Amino acid sequence: MFEIERWQEIFQTLSKNKLRTFLTGVSVASGIFIFIVLLGFSTGVQNGVKEKFSGDASNKISVRAGRTTKQYKGLNPNRRIQLKNEDFENISNTYGDYLEFKSGGYSSWGSQLVYKNEFGNFYIRGVDPDYQFIAKASITEGRFINEGDINAARKIIVVSNKTKTELFKGKSPVGEIVSVKGVNFKVVGVYGDPGGEREESQVFIPLTSAQIAFNGGTNIRDMSFTVAMSDNFDDTVAFSKNLVASIESDIRTKHTIAPNDRAAIRVDNTLEKAQKIYSLSDMIKTIFWFVGIGTIIAGIVSVGNIMIIIVKERTKEIGIRKALGAEPLSIIAMILQESIFVTMFSGLFGLVIGLGLLEFAGPTIKSDFIKYPQVDFYTALITVFILVAAGTLAGFIPAYRAAKIKPIIALKDE
Amino acid sequence: MGSNALHVLKGINFHVKEGELVSIMGSSGSGKSTLLNILGMLDEANKGQYILDGVPIKNLNEKIAAQYRNKFLGFIFQSFNLINYKSALDNVALPLYYQGLKRKERMEKAEHYLEKVGLAQWSHHLPSEMSGGQKQRVAIARALASNPKVLLADEPTGALDSKTSYEVMDLIQGINDEGKTILIVTHEDDIARMTKRIVNLKDGVIVDDNKVEQIRAKQNV
Repeated sequence: MFEIERWQEIFQTLSKNKLRTFLTGVSVASGIFIFIVLLGFSTGVQNGVKEKFSGDASNKISVRAGRTTKQYKGLNPNRRIQLKNEDFENISNTYGDYLEFKSGGYSSWGSQLVYKNEFGNFYIRGVDPDYQFIAKASITEGRFINEGDINAARKIIVVSNKTKTELFKGKSPVGEIVSVKGVNFKVVGVYGDPGGEREESQVFIPLTSAQIAFNGGTNIRDMSFTVAMSDNFDDTVAFSKNLVASIESDIRTKHTIAPNDRAAIRVDNTLEKAQKIYSLSDMIKTIFWFVGIGTIIAGIVSVGNIMIIIVKERTKEIGIRKALGAEPLSIIAMILQESIFVTMFSGLFGLVIGLGLLEFAGPTIKSDFIKYPQVDFYTALITVFILVAAGTLAGFIPAYRAAKIKPIIALKDE
Repeated sequence: MGSNALHVLKGINFHVKEGELVSIMGSSGSGKSTLLNILGMLDEANKGQYILDGVPIKNLNEKIAAQYRNKFLGFIFQSFNLINYKSALDNVALPLYYQGLKRKERMEKAEHYLEKVGLAQWSHHLPSEMSGGQKQRVAIARALASNPKVLLADEPTGALDSKTSYEVMDLIQGINDEGKTILIVTHEDDIARMTKRIVNLKDGVIVDDNKVEQIRAKQNV
């Protein structure tokens, strides 16, 4: 197998039969290449989908109020629905066992955050301590809002990494004073959000402080919860749907809203959306694998096919070699060694090109739904070996048959 | 290939001494090719024995047959049977590859035999770049390369014109003069008369077997 003489013979044969070598190589390399790219993009799509949901907890339920659009029980349409602290407390008490994190929200739109001579537009949200986990905010410096802040309505603020860069020019903001609508807040912490830039345009202050500072009284603008997850994802989704339905109906009853008035009260269930997206991403993954495996099978078949043609084409040459004293085993070894070499070489070539494409073209893809397309290197390598093994097996049968042909038959003039 | 056995050769008894140049003649179907195949170990006789240089050739499996062919026999075919993607030199060196010689040694020997057939300058040409006569010379050089005991030529001039045929026969005669045993299957009388002994086959039996006065091919060139 490793005799230099045989390798010389093989290299000579391959280089003198460039077209044949090239065609075999292309079919193997392109098969592997397509497979790698497909697999990479399948991962990319999944990454993209996951990242779309990484901004907030995927088991989030949010409640927002708007204006009524329908007349109901003698009340006029276009009536503004105002959520109050007690709405939040009612729901927290009634469904407390099924909810993991709970937070009311009071926000002020388009407020300017001022620090010394710097200012910027941020979305100022008054929230409860639990909101950190609902928004998946991770604290990078200092701390988040705590119960004490809520009870004492302290004038403190948690800013984002984005604020740190834009307003504080990168230096630590903890302990600094910023003002919002003329009210001073002391920075106690900095957070980062996996959702990135968009999510980081929010800054957080205690709910109670927000209500005082912006004259909110006991009003709240929204409520956010997360559903306690059970082991079974589908069960949790089903459960959360029921939960959402009964929370919604409670609020409708309390505020006298028509059951079919969509605009007056909105309850969003992220989990339900997540389930749809996850099942879509699973389906995409399945389809990609299906197409990928199909490509590999096509590659194997075409390698086998080429092997049969090669052996057929070389029948006479095999006859000559046998007449000159080639043993059957050396004929089989010659054909197989050649085919293994070509498939392995071009398989690895396709692998490198595919991985290279993902490596260099991957990051330039500007799509929300495809992020970091990549392939597990070992999966890819195993694929190459499967293709080589299958190609070899496909080549073995005609090679064995060729070695069995009597030279006198192989040499017969057509 | 069917189950009905067809007896092609029906009792052949002949003996070739070292250094003989024998032609086997006969019309098609006379069994001359079958005889040559048996002598070439490409086929095996159902009955009888074949002794080559004191070695009984029997119970050959593929592997041993290949080794014997490589060691004892050199083949020359009507259609040359050169490997078309290999140069003349590489073609000549091929039997030496199967003898397990190192590349350098192979090339030296091959070069020597190409020179012997007068094609030293053509060593790097492909068969497709050569005339029929030249191709047959390369084939003869290849047959000689492994220094076999016997050369078996199946219609070596069948694909060549008269002039080239005589040139090839001149070469074969020269090789025979050096002492090599050569068997030629042919159906051409003039070619047969250039050998030293003519064996006539008909319907699987030898009808006559005579030593003849050799006509030198050189006179006709």
